[in-house]
Amino acid sequence: MNNDKIEQILNEHQGQAGALIKVMMEIQEENKWLPREVLVQISEKLEVPLSRVLRIATFYKTFSLTPKGSYQINICTGTACQVRGAQQVLDKVQELTGIKPGETDPDSKFSLETVNCQGCCSLGPLVEIDGKAHGKTAPDEIADALKKI
Amino acid sequence: MSEIIIQIDGREIAADEGMTVLQAAQKAGISIPTLCYLETLEPYGACRLCSVEVEVRGRTNLVAACLYPVEKDLIVRTRTEKVDRIRKVILELLLAHAPEARGLQMQEYAEEYGADKNRYEKEPSFCIQCGLCVRYCAEIKKKNAICFVNKGPTREIQFIPEIASKECWNCTECFPLCPTEYLQGVFVLTKALAFPANPMGPTSAE
Ligand code: SF4
Ligand code: FES
Ligand code: FES
Repeated sequence: MNNDKIEQILNEHQGQAGALIKVMMEIQEENKWLPREVLVQISEKLEVPLSRVLRIATFYKTFSLTPKGSYQINICTGTACQVRGAQQVLDKVQELTGIKPGETDPDSKFSLETVNCQGCCSLGPLVEIDGKAHGKTAPDEIADALKKI
Repeated sequence: MSEIIIQIDGREIAADEGMTVLQAAQKAGISIPTLCYLETLEPYGACRLCSVEVEVRGRTNLVAACLYPVEKDLIVRTRTEKVDRIRKVILELLLAHAPEARGLQMQEYAEEYGADKNRYEKEPSFCIQCGLCVRYCAEIKKKNAICFVNKGPTREIQFIPEIASKECWNCTECFPLCPTEYLQGVFVLTKALAFPANPMGPTSAE
């Protein structure tokens, strides 16, 4: 956890209740997840009740309250990707990593998530590994990509 | 404050500007059933049991009486067939979650509107999401020890152990507000699992 960076984000927005979601997103981006004590710090620094921080943190899918792996795998299960075979890709990834959507493996290497339509259906099935999009993926191709990591 | 004349169930009623339909009705002795409404709290509009039909310039609409402000020439009907049916279904849905709810006159309302608590498959989550506990703690006590977490079907209330372990002992004023005993149950559970300051989620130290 990069405490300096988190502290800097918090200091920049001291007392600004209106910046709550922005601050949470920045810390999420930086740290990949929001530990409990960070939620408490956010509440104190921005002067918003912890209850509001918790409500928002559990409402939006963007925020994670559990640690994430080093590599984030997002598989689109939107309608178009689904039709183009997203399920087979998902099955393959689950088999290789041993985790289901929403989970992180014990080595904290991979986190898996299914996502909704990403807006580039003609490239489906779409898989995003650590921010890099892979289009028209086949299960074997993704398997190769994962093994190289 | 200027006076506004509205019509509720055929009666002319004088209301003050800024009042809600519910307040105007109550002032005139017309009862509208409510669950999530509490005089001392901000209106919330969660349960919709107070739904009434309003007519403005010839258009009818269904609104929550506890939120809808009075306006000139407003016509309100509190017991149409449609309104009664809506209230019945709302009660039936809530009773599927909390069949034995005693508080907030749930059972009395159920009888009045002929709601059958066995109509929908039971899904005992016990909380009817009225938000009374959360709002009372935030608005009146200003402690914010209870909050709603998650969304949709998994939305639930949670005591925040860091705060509850300090504040709740001397208060518990929210307990009698809850139409079920769910709130007390959650408190006891939180106390057992997470007091005094053992955070509920994993920390980065783990
Ligand atoms: S716990 Fe009780 S008071 Fe609180 S929201 Fe649920 S039903 Fe309402
Ligand atoms: S459905 Fe996957 S990108 Fe649209
Ligand atoms: S009392 Fe009006 S919505 Fe609950």
